Parts: sequence; C-alpha cells; structure tokens
Amino acid sequence: MPILIYALRRALQAVPVIILIMIGAFLLLKLAPGDTVDALVGDMGGADAQFIARLRAEYGLDQPIWVQLWRYMIKFLQFDFGWSFVYEQPVSVVLMERIGTTLMLMAASLFFAFTFGVGLGAIAARKAYSTTDNVISTLGLVFYATPSFFLSLMMIVVFSVKLGWLPVGGIKTVAGFYTGWKHVWDVALHLVMPTAALSLIYLAFYLRLMRASVLEVAELDYVRTARAKGAGEARLMFHHIMRNALLPVITLLGLQFSTLLGGSVVVESVFSLPGLGSLAYQSVVQRDLNTLMGIIFMSSVVVVAVNFLTDLLYARLDSRIELA
Amino acid sequence: MSLAEASALPPEEPSRALVFWRRYRRNKAAVLGLFLLGVIVLLALTAGLYEPVDPLRRAGEPLIWPFQDWATPLGTDQLGRDILAGIFHGARISLMIGVVATLISIAIGVVIGAIAGYFGGWVDDVLMRVTEAFQTVPNFVLLLTLVAILGSSIENIVLAIGIVSWTAPARLARAEFMSLRRREFIEAVRNLGVGDMAIIFKEILPNALPPVVVYASVIMALAILLESALAFLGLGDPNYASWGNMIGQGRSVLRVEWFVAAIPGIAIVLTVLSFSLLGEGLNEALNPRQKKG
Repeated sequence: MPILIYALRRALQAVPVIILIMIGAFLLLKLAPGDTVDALVGDMGGADAQFIARLRAEYGLDQPIWVQLWRYMIKFLQFDFGWSFVYEQPVSVVLMERIGTTLMLMAASLFFAFTFGVGLGAIAARKAYSTTDNVISTLGLVFYATPSFFLSLMMIVVFSVKLGWLPVGGIKTVAGFYTGWKHVWDVALHLVMPTAALSLIYLAFYLRLMRASVLEVAELDYVRTARAKGAGEARLMFHHIMRNALLPVITLLGLQFSTLLGGSVVVESVFSLPGLGSLAYQSVVQRDLNTLMGIIFMSSVVVVAVNFLTDLLYARLDSRIELA
Repeated sequence: MSLAEASALPPEEPSRALVFWRRYRRNKAAVLGLFLLGVIVLLALTAGLYEPVDPLRRAGEPLIWPFQDWATPLGTDQLGRDILAGIFHGARISLMIGVVATLISIAIGVVIGAIAGYFGGWVDDVLMRVTEAFQTVPNFVLLLTLVAILGSSIENIVLAIGIVSWTAPARLARAEFMSLRRREFIEAVRNLGVGDMAIIFKEILPNALPPVVVYASVIMALAILLESALAFLGLGDPNYASWGNMIGQGRSVLRVEWFVAAIPGIAIVLTVLSFSLLGEGLNEALNPRQKKG
C-alpha cells in the first residue's frame, strides 16, 4: 500500500513543525511580562511573598527553563492548555465550545471560494481576452484588494440595514428557540455574510490561478490530440483540461488555509460569531495568554491536518507523483 | 566606470530603463496601478499641507455628509474630525508601514532563505521546518499575539508585521540560491578563496534579488491589509490617523452615516489594488516569456 506509507511519511514530517510551534508558544509566554502565578495572585487580589514562592514551586515555575519547556510540551500534547483566568474554565473546554463554529465557517468559505473561483476561472480562460474575461478578471482584482472587514461592513449596510434580508450578527436568533430544520436554516442565514466576506479574497486567488492554469494546460499536446480525435469542447474542458488544471489550485487550497483561519479573527469579530477567531481577539484585549496559546496550537493542528488531507488528495489526483 | 568607457558603448542602444518602461507600458492595467500609486504617494507627501496641525483634531460639526461643507469636503465623523484629513494622513501611515514592514520581512526572509539555499543539508532542513512552522500558524493570530506581548506602538506593529510575513520571500530566495550556488561563476569565486559570507552577500544576492523585489509589491499590499485590520479592531497605535482605525470608528455610526466607514475603505481598496497591478506589471515586464497570447 504505497499510499499508506506516503501518508505515514507526510504525517511524520509534521511532527517537527508541531514541536517548533510548541517551543515558539512557550518562548512567547516567557517573553510576555508576568506569568501564571502573577495572574493567579492578581485574580486573588494580592498575596504575601512566601505564598507566591510556594505557588511558583507548585506550578513548577522555579524549575530550570528546559524542564518547564518539557512539561509544557507534554501538557500541550494532552490538549491541556492551562487555566483561562478570564473564562474561569480550562482553556481546552473554552476552545472546544468554540471550534465548531469556526470549522463550519471555514468549510463553507472554502467550498464557496473553491467552487466559484474554479468555475469563474475556467470560464474566463475559455473566453480569454473577451469582455466576459475582462469583467471576471477585474472583479477578481477588486475582490483581492478588498479587506474582509470593509466588505463585511458594506454588506451589513446593504443587506441588513437597507434591505433587511439578513441578520446583522450572531450565530442564531437568540429569542427564536428554533429546532430541527428551522434551526439549520436560521444558522445558515447567519452564516451567509460572514462566509461571503471571508471567501471573496480566496475566490479571487483561485480564480486567477485557475485561469492561468487552464490557459497553460489548454496548449499542451495531449489536449490537441484529444481535440483531433474529435472530443467535443465540453468534454475537452471537463474531462481533459480541468483535471490537470485543478492540481495547482488544490496545492494552494492547503497553503492558504492558515491565512483563511487568520481571516476569521476579523470576520468573526465583526459578525460576533462565537468561534476561535473572535476568541483570539477577546483574548488579546483581555490579555488571556493561555487561551491565546491554546488557539495558536489548535489552529496549527487544524492547518496541519488540512495540509495532510490536501496532500493525499493531490497524490490521489495526480498519478505522476511518486509515493515512495 | 570612467567617461571614456561610457562613450565607447554603441550610442543607439536604448537604456535599460527605457526598454523596461516600454514593456511595462504595454499592460494598461499596470499603468493604471502606477498612476494610482502616484496619487497615493502625492496624498502622503502633501498631507502636511492640507492639514498641518493634527488630523485627529475637531474640524467642524460632527457627522456632516460629504460635499456639504467645503471646509470638510468629504464630511466629518462622529467626533467632528475631517475625513479628508484622515485620508491624507492615513496614506502616510499606510505607505510608511507598508514600506518598512516589507523591508523587515524581506531582510529576514532573504537572510534565512540565502543560508538555507546556499548551505543545504541539515541547515536547510532546520530552517525550512522553522519556515513551515511560521506558515502553519495563522499569521493574523500570530500578529495579534505579538502585538499583545510587545504592545501596540507603531514601531512594534511594523516589526510584528515584518515578523509574520517573511516566509514567502524566504522560499523565493532559497530557490534562487539553490539554483545559483552551483553555477560556474560561483565556483570560480570560491576557488579564488572568497569566504562563504562574501559569496552569499556579494556574489549571489545581487543575482537572486530581482524576483524577491517583484514579490515585494505583494508583501506591501498584504502588510497594508494587516495593519488596517489591526487598526480596525482597535489594536493599532491610537496616536496616528490610520484608515483601518477610521473604519473601526465608523462602525458605530454605520446604520445611517455609512460614509464614515466607506470612504477610508475605498482608499484601502485602491491602495492595495495599485500594488497588485504594479506587481503584475513588473512581473510581466521582467519575465516577458510568461505572458501568453
């Protein structure tokens, strides 16, 4: 099973990256003024020096830095990110409550950006240098230059304030108490604008890449052969060109995922969605560094997982890649 | 280079800059990008002429709509601050942050990419894992964390933006160094006994730089977007007029006076657009073979 061995090897390559991120998180925490005990004591409203020293010993903060780093990494691997002094809960509990919303937003945005980006890019390439192409390409450039928060605000003005079609924010209608399909529809309505705001930049990325990729593949010899054999334009596009033109787009899908996750900070904050992104923002404002490090670690794990999946997908789609 | 040598050159050959400009000019969108950038630079340079005192001072009644009062042509926000003055001074901040953060990110990226690409082996492995780690952490989250730890003065923001955006230039520089280090002219210099550092910085770097410089326009656009997002969330330096900050302030009066957020937003879109168009034009002019059709 070469694909299994390939998968295992790719998974092993992610290990040093995760370790480096944990070391980085630890160093950042050390760099920040104040430690866990300072936060605890501040929370209690002060304590005497002897008690503080005992607390430090209890938390292992009197140990050499290497021992502290080792313990920190062991705890991280068990998804124990310490205590959040803002939420008065373990950080892992806070994260687990929030991660669902973010993953839902990510999935919706990626799907939207990928489908429309690839579709519009293929259309633009098929009609290269025509009016259709110019309109699509110009739109792509404008989408690419529009910051997601600005787009969010303008959509709120148009669709919530002026037209009243979509809710301004939140993940569901608080006073609605909907169940079943009504609940699903309610959540979907709340996600329309955040998804659009987050995905338009990536839609522009995929569009431009797909257009260039289709233009390149369409000139290859095998496409000419297929055309000479009498394949129709539609079959040529879907069966012959698209399959190969998609490969670079799929690579980008994995690479861009961490940026997409970063973008959710702004979009979730604007639409007050209870996800990891808005949690990151609140943690910065409230200086809740344990939660922030937990978010960094969790989002990195998600990014690594997504990259792993896109690599497998890529290997599956492109049989020219050697798996060994 | 003496005068005699210069005059010995055949005089008919047009200068490289002219050839470059002729190629660049073929792309109409790129010319538009250059024009837009020119306007923004002009705004930044003349900001002190339009509003010499302080763009954050009260200039009139709060929430005047645009084109109503010629003392404040683009209207005022809820604190009576002149929006046009904010646009002028915001151009200054955006460009300054864009340029300095780009220089920092390219400096870090080129050094790391050069060392990784030149030495190869375990050095390359270690540095590439570090690069991957930086690419894995969502860069806006890392930016927030750095700002939370370092504090949100404008110097720290610029530094933090540089720190989160060096990975792409590092990969570019690494690829260039890997292909250049085995070339004959490098072997020749090495046989003359020149040290590694001198080879990296004096011999290879000048040859490896052009693609990195073209990519700088992309980093510039991203840096401006990052800063504006940070300022929008209220985590920027409050002592400077920033477009992102103006949009963030405009959010509270969005329902009716949406122009307070819309005008600086359009300024950001045009600035980022100008850098993307510029980058595309530079790329086409420098690699004419890439262009198809």
